[in-house]
Amino acid sequence: MKLELRGITKTFGSLVANDHIDLVVHPGEIHALLGENGAGKSTLMNVLYGLYRPDDGEILLDDEPVAFQGPGDAVAAGIGMVHQHFMLVPVFTVAESLALGYEPTGRAGMLDLEEARRRVTEISDRFGFDIDPDAVVEDLPVGAQQRVEIIKALSREARVLILDEPTAVLTPQETDELIQIMRELKSAGTSIVFITHKLREVRAIADRVTVIRRGAVVGEAGPETSEGEFASLMVGREVQLSVDKGALTTDTTDADAGADAFVVTDLTVLDPAGTVVVDHVDLSVRRGEIMAVAGVQGNGQTELTETILGLTEPVTGSIRLDGQELIGRTVKQRLRAGLGFVPEDRSTDGVISSFSVAENLVLDQYDRPPFASGVAMSPAAVRRNADELVAEFDIRLGSPADPISTLSGGNQQKVVIAREMSRPLRALVASQPTRGVDVGSIEFMHKRLVAERDNGTPVLIVSTELDEVYALADRVAVMYRGRVVGVVPADTDRDVLGLMMAGVPLDEARTQAATHRTTLGEADAVADHHDIP
Amino acid sequence: MSDETPRPATEPGDPADRPEGATARTGGTPAAGPQDGPIETRTRELLREVLSGSWLVSLLAIVLALLAGAVLIAVADSDVQEAAGYFFARPADTLEAVWNAVYAAYEALFRGAVYDFRADSPTRAIRPVTETLTFATPLILAGLGLAVAFRAGLLNIGGQGQIILGAVFGAFIGFSADLPVVLHVTLAALGAALGGAIWAGIAGVLKAKTGANEVIVTIMLNNIGLYLVAYLLTTQAFRVPGSPNPISPQIPTETAAYPLLLEAPFRLHAGFLLAILATGAVWWLLDRSTTGFEIRAAGANPHAARTAGISVDRVVILTMVVSGALCGLAGSAQVLGTEHVLTGGVAASYGFDAITVALLGRSKPVGTFLAGVLFGALRAGGVLMQSETSIDIILVVQSIIVLLIAAPPLVRSVFRLPSPDARPRRRAGAATTEVTA
Repeated sequence: MKLELRGITKTFGSLVANDHIDLVVHPGEIHALLGENGAGKSTLMNVLYGLYRPDDGEILLDDEPVAFQGPGDAVAAGIGMVHQHFMLVPVFTVAESLALGYEPTGRAGMLDLEEARRRVTEISDRFGFDIDPDAVVEDLPVGAQQRVEIIKALSREARVLILDEPTAVLTPQETDELIQIMRELKSAGTSIVFITHKLREVRAIADRVTVIRRGAVVGEAGPETSEGEFASLMVGREVQLSVDKGALTTDTTDADAGADAFVVTDLTVLDPAGTVVVDHVDLSVRRGEIMAVAGVQGNGQTELTETILGLTEPVTGSIRLDGQELIGRTVKQRLRAGLGFVPEDRSTDGVISSFSVAENLVLDQYDRPPFASGVAMSPAAVRRNADELVAEFDIRLGSPADPISTLSGGNQQKVVIAREMSRPLRALVASQPTRGVDVGSIEFMHKRLVAERDNGTPVLIVSTELDEVYALADRVAVMYRGRVVGVVPADTDRDVLGLMMAGVPLDEARTQAATHRTTLGEADAVADHHDIP
Repeated sequence: MSDETPRPATEPGDPADRPEGATARTGGTPAAGPQDGPIETRTRELLREVLSGSWLVSLLAIVLALLAGAVLIAVADSDVQEAAGYFFARPADTLEAVWNAVYAAYEALFRGAVYDFRADSPTRAIRPVTETLTFATPLILAGLGLAVAFRAGLLNIGGQGQIILGAVFGAFIGFSADLPVVLHVTLAALGAALGGAIWAGIAGVLKAKTGANEVIVTIMLNNIGLYLVAYLLTTQAFRVPGSPNPISPQIPTETAAYPLLLEAPFRLHAGFLLAILATGAVWWLLDRSTTGFEIRAAGANPHAARTAGISVDRVVILTMVVSGALCGLAGSAQVLGTEHVLTGGVAASYGFDAITVALLGRSKPVGTFLAGVLFGALRAGGVLMQSETSIDIILVVQSIIVLLIAAPPLVRSVFRLPSPDARPRRRAGAATTEVTA
């Protein structure tokens, strides 16, 4: 089915979320919608899905104008949407999920699941989904849950499928499976709108790419366009995608400088229910080195970092900073000892949204000179500190006295990074340092993290984005179900890392990767080949 | 606020356009600690909602409550009822009767609380305002105490018990010790603060160490305090020798009482100066001290506070101790300021009214002070208003104020005010656009 959006405009108050957007998706085309967080991608798709009514413009399906009063109309017209956060009931079976909202009823209004079960099997077989209609949703891996969402859409005769950031929660191998599925659907004539901010995927999958910046279409391109060009379109200026890290500043043969400065040994942590969430983890980070912890979200990384900070007590193990044991100390003592900490969830743990920017910039320094003498705080010193850091870290704001909630996500994250880096550090632990941050700010933060490393600080980065891991790491530790599967050099093949993220040990991962390349891994290899002069 | 596209208020929580970064936390929240149950979250949300309301809402709540009071005064008035019997014959009579009834009642309230222009002597004319301030003194002190707790996200409902314990300690030092003039009253006041601090501190320690909900614990401590004072007044130590009445010996007014600010018959005492002083001290504590920073941080976002190295458990205990100490001082205003004896009813309903005072004042020191004065005025004026209408009207007016400030959206819809969410959101949106430029 051909889908056309003409001059779609949607405003919220004074903010123009979509500004006369034109978009044409041809039948059987995979069309990527590329843009930063907040560029207006989701708004546009919600307009298309009938969740928002556009202020201006029209939607045409096969050249016929349509008007949707709600998602029901959109579904009836053949538009299906798979949200980034799945809309599934965890305790339902796959067949029940399919029936939800369109319950087929048999005699006397009894629910007839046979029909739903049959549909699941049919679609699953046709596209090779490998989904059991009687499996319970919460028992399925994330990739399979996503396929359930796709089956739901297809079972309602969707001929245009919208995928909103579908790869955010997948391992590289699951991503690869998704790409295969998308190609199957495409050959069956389904049009796919694929929303993403990941450049690599766009180039691997899309037939056409539309780039959106600040609510407006800024360019359309084919997948042959380089990542650098895409990034520049998204941000609106030249962007340096990879930080020029240079080699390790410290000579690893030098016993003192290259010594393991930050060492985690045999760390085991239980969650409140008594389940092992961090399982005998050993990590050591040298001075002047960035160690990245890679892994799919929810494999113990959160608990690992929170234990390092002292929010959770481990059952076994030790954490040593320059030989000093940290376990048994309070969070405040660890921060005083020179531990810098960037929490994974900025809005929950990183900032206090009702506090001013200036106050957030001293959140873990408020009781130290020059901000306080005794119990009396010095508002002047807090303000001066804010003025300095706002300038140094290029934080865009109205006034440092405004609540931090008035800042964009990227600028809030800069506040967190600025706060942690404004004091002398002996180790830095940063979780998801660039999550929800625009491309321009990512570049800036990566530079600062590398600069911190070059100062000789051991840096531990936790990231679920492989691109970030590759951009920053000197060595990579892969976590799976609370264990460190292996510690590998940063130039390890993407496919090998991906398999390790699914729990495959290093040697086996190497063997498997050699026999089966993923699409993205292939793209990588090709790109590497071309890049070498 | 995130950098994702803002959505209209009609589509709250649509997960489809949640910011990409806002992935749900996985594997529980170890940082949350044991005490972050669902009740906890709701308590905090309620506090945040009420405390973030604007001054306008407070003011309009008072206006609405007085209007509702006027309706009740009119309905309950016998002249109005009589005139309404022939309303269709002569509607003007009814309207006149309504006006007379409401005017008379609110005029009495004014004369009882501010200035009695019908009094026969200047002393009597200005006495009402001093009465207002006298009644306001314990309300302000206890209101400040509860405000400190509210700012830390702790819903301290135990003002009543803490006032009683403060009164017990203050009164005991007052009537049992024999000390020189300045020392005696100082010690008695400090003792009162200590009494309240201990009582609230129990709830604080229980919450910090075991996660016991402070709302439930403080309510229970109110009851225990009430029966404790009743019991104490049956013991030898607290009773006038030979008297069967549950009343303590007189506190010597020359040494242990707060000195009067004006000569008798004015009752206004130095406790009011203490309340002004406390208002300034609480402002400094919350806005200028590291302790206040911790209190506000723990109240606004305990997770971020913990991550920043603030010991939230310590803050909980400390806050409750400070809160209880101020409530204890409110008890001292009763026994050392006006009553000069300890009785079972020493706290009246000050502990509960103080909750309203703190909420109406948005838990800001100056706001709480003003709200305390208003409630003092309602109490003082209520006495004279009784001659015109039922005393219960005052209670109704107070209750409606509580109701309205607990539901700011209600007040906003009555006066068609814009939702406060709309403004910051648009501002945030504008900021985002500028910033990404």
